[in-house]
Amino acid sequence: MTIKYTEDHEWVREKGDLHVVGITDYAQEQLGEIVYVELPAVGGAVTQGAEAAVVESVKAAGEVKSPLSGTVAEVNDKLEDSPELVNQDPEGKGWLYKIRAENPQQLDALLDADAYRELVRPLA
Amino acid sequence: MQRTPLHPLHLEHGAKLVPFAGYEMPLNYSDGILAEHLHTREFAGLFDVSHMGQIDIRAETAAAAAATTEIALALESLIPADLLSLPAGRQKYALLTNAQGGIIDDAMLQNLGERFVLVVNAACKQQDFDHLRRHLGGATRASFPLVMALSDDRALLALQGPAAAAVLAELGHDLDDMKFMAVREMEIAGAACVVARSGYTGEDGFELAMQSADAERVARALLSHPPVKLAGLGARDSLRLEAGLCLYGNDITADTTPAEAGLNWAVSKARRAGGERAGGFPGDHIVLAQTPPNAAPVERLRVGLLPGGRAPVRAGAPLLDADSNAVGEVTSGGFAPSLGCPLSMGYVQPQHADVGAELHAKVRNKRLPVTVTALPFVASNFYR
Repeated sequence: MTIKYTEDHEWVREKGDLHVVGITDYAQEQLGEIVYVELPAVGGAVTQGAEAAVVESVKAAGEVKSPLSGTVAEVNDKLEDSPELVNQDPEGKGWLYKIRAENPQQLDALLDADAYRELVRPLA
Repeated sequence: MQRTPLHPLHLEHGAKLVPFAGYEMPLNYSDGILAEHLHTREFAGLFDVSHMGQIDIRAETAAAAAATTEIALALESLIPADLLSLPAGRQKYALLTNAQGGIIDDAMLQNLGERFVLVVNAACKQQDFDHLRRHLGGATRASFPLVMALSDDRALLALQGPAAAAVLAELGHDLDDMKFMAVREMEIAGAACVVARSGYTGEDGFELAMQSADAERVARALLSHPPVKLAGLGARDSLRLEAGLCLYGNDITADTTPAEAGLNWAVSKARRAGGERAGGFPGDHIVLAQTPPNAAPVERLRVGLLPGGRAPVRAGAPLLDADSNAVGEVTSGGFAPSLGCPLSMGYVQPQHADVGAELHAKVRNKRLPVTVTALPFVASNFYR
């Protein structure tokens, strides 16, 4: 199972013919307690590096930039009533949306787990 | 970046430190903002607000009784409140105004008998002190010189919540006879403290000022009581927002008049048109025209706003009427932990300021419904 990361603290993981997107543990930790998640519309287009979702904590709003371009295939409806799932399980139950990727090769330019760990190590 | 005397205590409790008004301050501790907020409403939160300014004002001569009157009269030339009738052992909410009637800071003014202390916002403290010195230093309305000092060796702690009084009672101070806005000097954990029954959360509670060197000892003594937990600036902000209290710099600024901000109650009757000492403060002609018994129209009014959805509507969001005309702006907004929903505060044109008025807020290019709501959102629990 390949998981890739962006420098903006999103993760993306291949699942079947779709890609699942979320924010990293570091990102949720920085934001604090999440109280609202704004998800993209199913069927809508998202562009790599452009805002696709918003994760709001008690204190601030954080934009989620899509790690890949494509069409939104599914969103995590559970976050509407339980946005805290993003805090509790950011890389699991707190996933945000799934995309049908336009060009999966966009993944190649993203960070692997080790590179991402190196990125956040000095920030922690 | 400056640090408060409680910095080591903050680190010990897992504080997330953020820059605020030139200080490294705790946003929250390891429990998080929501837990700290709810704990304060149910038990007691301890906040380090040592970044705030404490300006000591006294008369050079020792004639105490006369001095109090002189200091009060001098301060009335900068503050639109009746300070002459503020007795020793009481404090009053005080606005400092500019020549346009705008609010250059909001503060608490304490009468400690032979001296007054003005507790001001951190970001404004040097400017406030310069303002006071410029207007009251040297040749002033006072018949003898005032001596003013902006303390750099004082700390300020706020113990807030329904359990606050019981905690001070356990420390030997039964304060049943000390009402909201009373001020008393007392010793806590061996430290000389100026204690005011007030705060910024809407709850009963106390603000304790002491020498910086004593702050950690006092804080640890308070924290040794189980109902007391540290709470950071994040909880302080969500608590004051629920309580409908203004954050200086957001909800009131140098461009806001008391009438626009809904703070006419801070303009005492004695200082209003027809009062015994009407006017006589910066911007008085503008402030008095807008304040009863006068009623000059204002361009905007501060209101509470309840978003219809779950998305927080934060400061800066434009407010629109049904025809998408801009009719105001949100000045504070976020999530209300005690209510479990978002809430906001802002300014709207007076014709849209009635409770129940339906407006929209523009957030990330979406129009979200908001309803004008009475303040405070959460009923206050002061000890009156």
